[in-house]
Amino acid sequence: MTTTSGPGERLPAALRTEALEQLLTERGLIDPKAMDEIITTYETNVGPLNGARVVARAWTDPQYRRRLLEDGTAAVKELGFSGPQGEHIVVVENTATTHNVVVCTLCSCYPWPVLGLPPSWYKDPAYRARIVREPRAVLSEMGLELSDDVRITVRDSTSEVRWLVLPERPAGTGRLSEEELVPLVTRDAMVGVAKVKAP
Amino acid sequence: MSAPLDIEGPTAPPRSNGELVFAEPWQSRAFGMAVGLHEAGAFTWPRFQAALIARIAAWESASAREEPYHYYLLWLGALEDVLIDLRVVSTDEVTARTEALAQRPAGHDHRHDHDHPHSH
Repeated sequence: MTTTSGPGERLPAALRTEALEQLLTERGLIDPKAMDEIITTYETNVGPLNGARVVARAWTDPQYRRRLLEDGTAAVKELGFSGPQGEHIVVVENTATTHNVVVCTLCSCYPWPVLGLPPSWYKDPAYRARIVREPRAVLSEMGLELSDDVRITVRDSTSEVRWLVLPERPAGTGRLSEEELVPLVTRDAMVGVAKVKAP
Repeated sequence: MSAPLDIEGPTAPPRSNGELVFAEPWQSRAFGMAVGLHEAGAFTWPRFQAALIARIAAWESASAREEPYHYYLLWLGALEDVLIDLRVVSTDEVTARTEALAQRPAGHDHRHDHDHPHSH
């Protein structure tokens, strides 16, 4: 197998995808309607809002927070979020002095049930290589300035461990309810390339 | 704060922070095919993942990177690698079918056999 064989060789990838789908459908291996449902699910239902609910619950329920940090997959499932790429979710907490940031150096491992599908920058070779070598600089370029006394840990997601960051609850949100906290939590904060800001 | 979103109901937007989940419809088909095949038991996810890692590594180690990095192209290549390995399809037949589809007369180069939305 050469690296240039297959898709993209001469004809557009859209045609090659369609050709593959036709062949597999004819052989009864896939059902286009089932594919439609999978696509719709990830386009409209599964996204960072799920993770935001997990984070808001952890911020307001110490017992839940403890369970989440002990067994991420089980605690996430408590809120009804499970499915492909939802196995082996491990949650790490960001604090004023400790900052975790997530990458998948080899491909694009990501906890789909709580964050949806990864954004393009997460899959990009530059992010995957550079965040390991120079996390402080990359985070700064992404708009997150961390002072030198903050310890940064880069977490490499794989099929065995899919990391999710529990961001630090912003100051001044003590009186907000769980429901009011949910919209504050962003995807980027749960990957560790941003902090959650108070409203 | 921006206008309140419907974060509960069926019209709730995917909270992808402004980015489309799929840039082009074929990417969504390539994604759905891999997940659907896996869910139907055609292959384990680690097997597909290993093929994807191999495709990405091959692109990254290529001395002359003639093609720009295109994640879903590598995804599609990985899917083909697995299916060829399983002898479900051959490269030649996928290529032949692709060429046949390319021969469709003008105006018939879009798929009409699915009712899923093409919103991009």
